[in-house]
Amino acid sequence: MGGSAGVFLRNLNQERIVLVVALAVFVAAMVGLPGFLTAGNLIAIVRSIAVLGILAFGMSVVIIGRGIDLSMVAVMAMSVAWYLQLLGDGMPDYQAFALVLGGVLAIGLVNGFLVAYADVPAIFVTLASGSFVFGYVRSQLISSDAVPVPDGHWVELLGGLRFLGVPVEVYLFLALAALVFVFLRFTVWGRYVYYAGDNPVAARNIGIPVRPMLLLRYALSAVTAFLAGLLTAASLHSINTRVVNSTLLYDIVLVAVIGGIGLSGGKGGVRNVLVGAALIGILLNAMTIIDIPLLYQNLIKSTILLAAIIVDGLLNPRDEQTAQQGDI
Amino acid sequence: MKLRERLQAWRYNLVPDHLIGEILTKRWTDNAIPFLALIITVATFGSIIPGFFQLYSLQESTRQLGEFSLVVIGLTVVMLGGGIDLAVGSIFALSAFSAVATFFILEQPVWVALLASLATGLAFGAVNGYLIGFLRLRAFITTLVTFIIGRALYDILIVAHGSKIQMSFVSSDTWDFIGDGTFLGISVPIWSAIVLAVVTHVALTRSRPGWHVLAVGGSRRSAHNAGIQVRLTVFFTYVFSGLCSALAGFLIATRLSGAGPGTGGGLEILALTAAVVGGNSLGGGRGSVVKGLMGAIIVLVLTNGLIRLGYGTGTNQMVLGILLAVAVTIDIRWLKNRHKVLNEVYVAPVYLRMGEPQSAVPGSGTPYALNNKLSEAEHIGLGELEGPEDVILDRNDNLYCGTRHGEIIRFFAPDYTRSEVFAHIGGFPLGLAFDADGNLITCVGAMGLYAISPDGKVTRLSAETARSWTSVNDDARLRDPNDLDIAQDGKIYFTDSTKRYDAHDWALDSIENRGTGRLLVYDPADGSTKTLLDGYRYTNGVCMAHDNKSLFFSESWRCRIHRYWLEGPKAGTAECVIKDMPGYTDNINRASDGTYWMAWLGMRTPSFDLSLRHPSMRKRMTRRLPQDEWLFPNINTGGVVKFDENFNIVRTMADLSGVSHPMVTSMREHKGELFIGGILNNRIGRFRIEGADPTWDANTAYWGTRT
Repeated sequence: MGGSAGVFLRNLNQERIVLVVALAVFVAAMVGLPGFLTAGNLIAIVRSIAVLGILAFGMSVVIIGRGIDLSMVAVMAMSVAWYLQLLGDGMPDYQAFALVLGGVLAIGLVNGFLVAYADVPAIFVTLASGSFVFGYVRSQLISSDAVPVPDGHWVELLGGLRFLGVPVEVYLFLALAALVFVFLRFTVWGRYVYYAGDNPVAARNIGIPVRPMLLLRYALSAVTAFLAGLLTAASLHSINTRVVNSTLLYDIVLVAVIGGIGLSGGKGGVRNVLVGAALIGILLNAMTIIDIPLLYQNLIKSTILLAAIIVDGLLNPRDEQTAQQGDI
Repeated sequence: MKLRERLQAWRYNLVPDHLIGEILTKRWTDNAIPFLALIITVATFGSIIPGFFQLYSLQESTRQLGEFSLVVIGLTVVMLGGGIDLAVGSIFALSAFSAVATFFILEQPVWVALLASLATGLAFGAVNGYLIGFLRLRAFITTLVTFIIGRALYDILIVAHGSKIQMSFVSSDTWDFIGDGTFLGISVPIWSAIVLAVVTHVALTRSRPGWHVLAVGGSRRSAHNAGIQVRLTVFFTYVFSGLCSALAGFLIATRLSGAGPGTGGGLEILALTAAVVGGNSLGGGRGSVVKGLMGAIIVLVLTNGLIRLGYGTGTNQMVLGILLAVAVTIDIRWLKNRHKVLNEVYVAPVYLRMGEPQSAVPGSGTPYALNNKLSEAEHIGLGELEGPEDVILDRNDNLYCGTRHGEIIRFFAPDYTRSEVFAHIGGFPLGLAFDADGNLITCVGAMGLYAISPDGKVTRLSAETARSWTSVNDDARLRDPNDLDIAQDGKIYFTDSTKRYDAHDWALDSIENRGTGRLLVYDPADGSTKTLLDGYRYTNGVCMAHDNKSLFFSESWRCRIHRYWLEGPKAGTAECVIKDMPGYTDNINRASDGTYWMAWLGMRTPSFDLSLRHPSMRKRMTRRLPQDEWLFPNINTGGVVKFDENFNIVRTMADLSGVSHPMVTSMREHKGELFIGGILNNRIGRFRIEGADPTWDANTAYWGTRT
């Protein structure tokens, strides 16, 4: 092993591969697709991945801590739908907002509680709670699939805000990226997320509050989902609860996993999400420009996700010694 | 005080608390909660929904149930193997599409459509199996993604070919019969579900591949170490699940004669909920087809019931979400805490007021007064032995004993310094006896009755007796065979001390003090084992009387000796001959002068006697205190007593220093010497008996002289 080629190969990891692929796709699209490299389209790309990226931040924090949150999309859509329904029913804004935020936090805490204290695998807890959140809000709290934003409400105004010609959610996305970066890199609790994800038992043995931290992570991801939901409603002026049945959830996992955040926990960070989001954003945009039907896009995305999971499985093989019974 | 004690006695001796613990040890209790849920669900919806139980309504809903059960059976098998298959919904939909496409568009016969369905399921299942079995990806996330891929494929196909299927005019009687007809009043889906359920159940419980699946799910690593091909087994569970879903997809295709965008939607969470609600464990290894079926019925009745009652969109998802979360949580908590619950409730002490004993205090002047005689014993095998419960000598004066390591050690005469492993048995050999042909017969703790030929060959004689009709615990198994003796006709009489605890848990048995000890007989003529007596508190030593007309056996926790008549007017009955001894009785053996030696494993203490009158206290003690702080029979001072034919105590010996023989479980007289064993001791004692017949040996006394 010698020379710069050796150094390059040794430093080759999933994040860099994906970055290279993303750049390659970008260049290819730039050359091959007319209208790709316009300011309008580039902003559209960033905008399209802003919400996805925000959701992916919430998901990443949970995944780094060796968990997964399959209830995010349900929480995202249903919390905002409920909020808008309450507003439509004439409830004062601050009251409705507090109520919904309380509900969102409650779901996050229940998820965290069942994972942390009842030892139920995260994947089952959040699958069940996602189903419950959708079913409960849809059948008990709102009256139709889509709930519009009331005229003149701040959510509607938020959607129209521009700064230097860039939509405000892009800034929010970048701000959140900085926030999550600082949290994971420079705060004690952020480091704890990695320790707990890398080896929960050892983390607990050295005195890290592993279980309360789990509650915190699921609460964080629920609140992130709520924020993403608000931004979605802001740009579309309504929220459609059918998004729960779409593949959005898998797009979130795709962004996290393809950026190099291993599903076995303890690995990755904000940079991985940014890289993953960039690749997915460019791909989706390119596919839309080429005019691939949505159904085929789903097929392509899910196949990429499968490939990413296979690569993840090969790079981070499950450790049969520390894998827990029922950890499936 | 008196009344209170009597009430306690009634409370603890008449209420069968112990049954709760025994029932909880049964694996079928896992089925109890799902079964109860099933009854409640069916009863509730049956009474709310008008016409629920009418034939037509049942036939319609059972078609759906049959298809759903097929899917759940497949998922159950995957879960038993430690995985999960969320792709069932996609496989189901794609197979249904294969069937209708083959039948309506390609206009092929029904059996080709069936084959196309199954091939689809096989291929899809094989992909899942390869990814999870061989590439060892995480089952949940992987099948979730293949589910999305399958769904996307199905959506593309149904958009492209849906209209062609609807416009086709192909028809077939077979197709219609499968989708619409009944055989013996039962629809085809139900027949398929029944057949598949029976076959799968038999395969899982009674065939090698089925056991492999359960072993892999129970413990992957152990299964691998046992030589099972773990990856291949996992692979085949997914293939099986794929085939099951494919068959279900074929059936729905015939029933609906088409496939729409909604086919198989939400099936993954329905099937998952059904499998878990039925009681199949997530980690694998625990569960059954029956559980899957119960879950299928519960979930289907519930969701269909809610729809028929007119609850709006989302209600089903809400209920399924709650059901899934609750079932998974119960499953995990139950699996984790089952043994704790069991430990809490299993020990169910009873009340006993022990009779006042004669004093055994040294110098008290009673026949039981202990002395320091046994401390004079020389030692054999000091430090080499662990746990010589019983000792015995053969005609050539060689000495045998069992050890904790599952071996029988032979010490060579005359000085007993050389030894060898005479036989390896594997369990802890307790009581020993020579039969007429010089075979060594032994009671092996937790294993049964074994014979060792003079050249060291081990044969099992008996490991079980007839099961009693009222037993909850399997009392056919010999749980704690303890001591034996052999009658002149060759029948082997032996004791099984308890039916409720394993041999090493004897302390718990003493704390519980429930009479479950037995006297049994093994007949070498026909190899049968029969229970003669039952209900004693820890039956222990057995010894044939000198005249061979009766035998003596000891009841340890009651400090009694009983006589069981083999012939004469009282044949087949037992009577208590010595009661309220001051020590816990153990092995009994013949003495040269026509009397009997008997060992005390320990002396009674007033504190434990008192605790026997307070069962609630003992129950609290076992629940709340760590084991080494329990109050249980004293085993630090035992001894040897000698009683005659009239049950007078002739002699008492002990080692008050506690150095050589603190506890004594056996003693054997041989040519003027007494050889002493103790189950917690590290030596055999050798003690010269003054005035004893120096030529007497038990083999001659039992079986006459021989060369």
